[in-house]
Amino acid sequence: MSVPGKLKPSCSELDLDRPNLEDYLPSGASIQQEPDGNLRLRDLLDISPSLTEAAGAIIDDSFTRCFKSNPPEPWNWNVYLFPLWCFGVVIRYFILFPARVLVLTIGWIIFLSAFIPVHFLLKGHDKLRKNLERCLVELICSFFVASWTGVVKYHGPRPSMRPKQVFVANHTSMIDFIILEQMTAFAVIMQKHPGWVGLLQKTILESVGCIWFNRSEAKDREIVAKKLRDHVVGPDNNPLLIFPEGTCVNNHYTVMFKKGAFELGCSVCPVAIKYNKIFVDAFWNSRKQSFTMHLLQLMTSWAVVCDVWYLEPENIKPGETAIEFAERIRDIISVRAGLKKVPWDGYLKYSRPSPKHRERKQQSFAESMLRRLDEK
Amino acid sequence: MGNTSSMLTQYDIEEVQEHCNHTFSQQEIVSLYQRFCQLDRSGGGFISADEFLSVPEFAVNPLSQRLLKVVDGLNFKEFVKFLSAFSSRASLQQKIEFIFKIYDSDHNGKVTFNDMLDVLRDLTGQFISEQQREQVLTHVLEESGYTKDSSLTISDFMKTLGNSALKMEVEVPVD
Repeated sequence: MSVPGKLKPSCSELDLDRPNLEDYLPSGASIQQEPDGNLRLRDLLDISPSLTEAAGAIIDDSFTRCFKSNPPEPWNWNVYLFPLWCFGVVIRYFILFPARVLVLTIGWIIFLSAFIPVHFLLKGHDKLRKNLERCLVELICSFFVASWTGVVKYHGPRPSMRPKQVFVANHTSMIDFIILEQMTAFAVIMQKHPGWVGLLQKTILESVGCIWFNRSEAKDREIVAKKLRDHVVGPDNNPLLIFPEGTCVNNHYTVMFKKGAFELGCSVCPVAIKYNKIFVDAFWNSRKQSFTMHLLQLMTSWAVVCDVWYLEPENIKPGETAIEFAERIRDIISVRAGLKKVPWDGYLKYSRPSPKHRERKQQSFAESMLRRLDEK
Repeated sequence: MGNTSSMLTQYDIEEVQEHCNHTFSQQEIVSLYQRFCQLDRSGGGFISADEFLSVPEFAVNPLSQRLLKVVDGLNFKEFVKFLSAFSSRASLQQKIEFIFKIYDSDHNGKVTFNDMLDVLRDLTGQFISEQQREQVLTHVLEESGYTKDSSLTISDFMKTLGNSALKMEVEVPVD
């Protein structure tokens, strides 16, 4: 899977840009402790290593942990704080929330009344139209951030527009995109969403060059791969932003990066995003919540506090594979944002792991068994 | 603020403890309950095979299909009971009985040559030929004084595994 894997027709859909688990996992699973000496009946009957591994996975596993919502500590835990907390609830739901809805509505009115004329009347002046639309998208994103009182600290130099660079960030929620977008109009690669989000994607965000795809469709992937390559070389295009995890993770862990972003042959600028859990958990658990509910949750909390670091651009080193490069970038982002790395593919939320991984375990068991049989 | 653990009363916990012969502490049962609710995505009060397989670390286990026959559709009490063999408080006998049950697919108290061959097939997959597998199994059986036709009972398992250092413990994370 080293050469542009996206064009290989033989792979099944989801395998296309899926990294090999084997490339990431340390080869020594617990089955392969090498007890020497003769193979005896006891050694064959004793299936406890595999059983223990299975039970361990049932009790706790590093994959599910990545997608667990961790709500902030409630602080209404004693009689004295409780009235204060109730007071806070009243303020948040009955004063802050309506005010924020108002802000957002005003934002939309301003945005739409400017965007629609610009989009339809300036058909002939592409350059001007593009610039105006870019500013407007940044504006509406600022309104969104204001609607949850986003306190965002940006560290490092602001991204500039130039060809041959791609920004990659860790992914916690769709609001990552809004937070980054309010500073710079990125063109983002994202999953197609249903409902009103999908409508926005199709109408407005397409104007800044965003590219949408359906996670499970192989054809989409090829088209996206091609669009990506075309996009990065265009000097006038907005900078490209990719969330290589491909799914929202709870901001405590990072799952494997898809290698697509790392084989475009341009410099990769890592962006690390870390949310402060003090008021609200910014993780969007898309299984449990619609995006609307997620937004309402953010809008009824005190504030969304987060740090964004624009890190130094990195280039692929000679002799480095796309996967190694992706892992190096993942390291950089994880260290900066204080996230733990786990060796899982985020798409496993939607599909089962490939049998290859199990076969690997079977192979090592078989080999060790035969070796010990021969040893006498 | 309601969190899941508060839904278990002390009575419930004691009942579950009773059911698993006190191999888990109350704290551990609370943790296991949280985990159970997390795995039970459909919220039906039991965990289906599909929900077990959504844990990739479980799905890649060579014995996962075999284990699924035992764990499919467990409710919380049964779930704890199933895991109790992996507690550090479970006796060696309990652990060996657990292994025996995994082998004994038709629950008749006897493990035949074919039962053992099935498990070995799960563990080795396509990397050994069927013939080779049978040879290996026959060889080790004969070495221990059995034949291809003898079926092993739980006491045979005790004899074979009883004096080895069986490492079969999983720690329940408690916060």
